[in-house]
Parts: sequence; structure tokens; C-alpha cells
Amino acid sequence: MSESLTFTYDVDGEDFTSAGQASVQVKKNLRRLGLSPEIIRRVSIAMYEGEINMVIHAGGGKADVVVYEDRIEIVLTDHGPGIPNVELAMKEGYSTASDSVRSLGFGAGMGLPNMKRYTDDMRIDTEVGRGTVITMTVRLDA
Amino acid sequence: MTVTELAASCGFTIAAQADPDRPVDGCYCGDLLSWVMGRAQADCAWITIMSNVNVVAVGSLADVACVILSEGVTADEKLLETARVKGVNILYSEKPTYETATAVYRATGAA
Repeated sequence: MSESLTFTYDVDGEDFTSAGQASVQVKKNLRRLGLSPEIIRRVSIAMYEGEINMVIHAGGGKADVVVYEDRIEIVLTDHGPGIPNVELAMKEGYSTASDSVRSLGFGAGMGLPNMKRYTDDMRIDTEVGRGTVITMTVRLDA
Repeated sequence: MTVTELAASCGFTIAAQADPDRPVDGCYCGDLLSWVMGRAQADCAWITIMSNVNVVAVGSLADVACVILSEGVTADEKLLETARVKGVNILYSEKPTYETATAVYRATGAA
């Protein structure tokens, strides 16, 4: 079988309080598919971090979650400012978030590191002035 | 020990009862949301002083047994309603974070 199931979500860049809706919906959908709680937790946290990043830095974007027989792929696409220095952005504790974002408990500089931590593979395709595409994979056969 | 039993044992108030029989295993303290998502274990009691609505999303996605708002912090009704809808238990503790955590530790015996 090589069938896949795709969920697509628009991430609203304006509304911080609704950030996470796509991730919570993904969690529900994966639960319906009968996946293990740990897989669901990893996918939904990685996606939430990406969602928050798109709200904080990129004015929103699009999230595609594709469920294959042996893996889940999460593709986050935005048309924000891009990441000038990916290596620096991947460092735990490094953040360019504003004080107002930090006052909500975000901006700890753990977003990208958490996305890497909870997925088996993460690729960042970014260009300053064009935007960022992040592709994450969680294997189901691990 | 369930969330309801934990609240009764430690003197916490149940502010949003979404899944009262959920077992509690361990405890995590933290206010930086990504840090919590990176470190907190599923099924733990998460203690925080943050009370914005994103706490519910983090509690749900990190799959914690309950969120305990410590230091006498309370949440608005919108947060509590969101928590009920998303299945996240919210408790209030009048105690400081450290004392709240030690109370959870004594009640659950969790290391």
C-alpha cells in the first residue's frame, strides 16, 4: 500500500490566541487514526512549534501533514523574512522574538531545537526575503 | 493517583475539570512554553504561573495530566472554557511553585 492521507491548514498570522488550532486538530485526526500517544505527542509538539514560529516571525503560513504507511511528513511553508543564519537559529536559547511575545511565555529559543528533537528528520529551506519551508519527518516504524 | 485525588490531597482547587480520573505521573515546573514542551513528560502535573490561553494548547499537545497554576494565579473564563473543550484539567494552588511541587511530590511519591 502506498496510499497517503493529507491534512492542510492555514495558519493565521494575526492571532496569537488561536495559534495551535492546527496542531490540536492534527492531534485529533492522528488519534482517530489510532496512532500511539507518543507519536501523536511528537508530531503535534513539532507542528505547534512551527505554527508559533510562523505567527511570530512570518505573518502566518500553511501547514501540510501527510500520513504515509511508514511515516508522517509535516511541511510548513511561509513567505516571511526567511532565516538569515540557520545554524544560529538552531541553537537552544537563541531567539529574535519581541518582548511582547516573550511575555506570553514564548521566545525561549527552543522552537527549532524542539522541532528537531521530536522528529526523525528536519530540513530547512530558507531564503532571506523569500520565506521558509521546513519539512519534518516522524517515522512510524521506529 | 488521579487528578481529582491529587487536588483533594494537596488542597488545590479544580478550576477546569475536563478529565478528572486521569492518572498523574510526575511533575514539571516551568513558565517558558517551548521549554516545557521540550522537557515535560506526558502524564505529569505541570506547574506554571503563566495564565494566557496558549497554556491550554501546550498542556494539550504535551499531553500533561493537569496544569496547576501556582502562587495564587487564576485564569479567565475563556481559558477555562477552552481547557474544558480541549480536555485539559486546570487546578489552582495558593502555594508558591516550590511548595506546590513538593506537595505533588509527597502526594504522588513521584521521583
